[in-house]
Amino acid sequence: MILAKIVGTVVATRKDERLVSNKLLIARPVDPHGKAEGNYLVAVDTVDAGFGETVLIVSGSSARMASGMKDCPVDAAIVGIVDTVQVHETEP
Amino acid sequence: MNLARVVGEVVSTVKDQNLAGVTLLVLQPLAASGEDAGRTLVALDSVGAGVGEQVFFVRGREAAFPFYPAEPPADATIVGIVDHWDVE
Repeated sequence: MILAKIVGTVVATRKDERLVSNKLLIARPVDPHGKAEGNYLVAVDTVDAGFGETVLIVSGSSARMASGMKDCPVDAAIVGIVDTVQVHETEP
Repeated sequence: MNLARVVGEVVSTVKDQNLAGVTLLVLQPLAASGEDAGRTLVALDSVGAGVGEQVFFVRGREAAFPFYPAEPPADATIVGIVDHWDVE
């Protein structure tokens, strides 16, 4: 899973029927310190995330295992809202 | 599967119901030389790993299998703690 910050919403009237009534959000991947990295992606929201929140996104076929996403054409699903990330930069 | 070092922990209260009670850890993938290789990611933990340990993890659909019969939405899961490794 990756950490990402919600930076926008997507409105699509015409879409696959299995995506109807799902919320689509634009997310920007971030590192554990909150620094943005990589390209933006569109993810289906299954946990009522909102603008500005840091979330957990599951990618690939595993995204279909998110709540209510069975057999849906998704490859990125928001499955958690992050409270905190603790990073301990200890070398082994 | 990939080698990685556990560098942090993620706390999430609001999450998919199938993720309840599962530990989420931040991983830094490693090259065989032991150097950092690539971006950090968040993985589920199925073996009781902790920060600072070297582990190996599985990616993709198979990442949910250690929790069978539960089916958490996982694309990366730690499946072993590495004692040591050798490369020629």
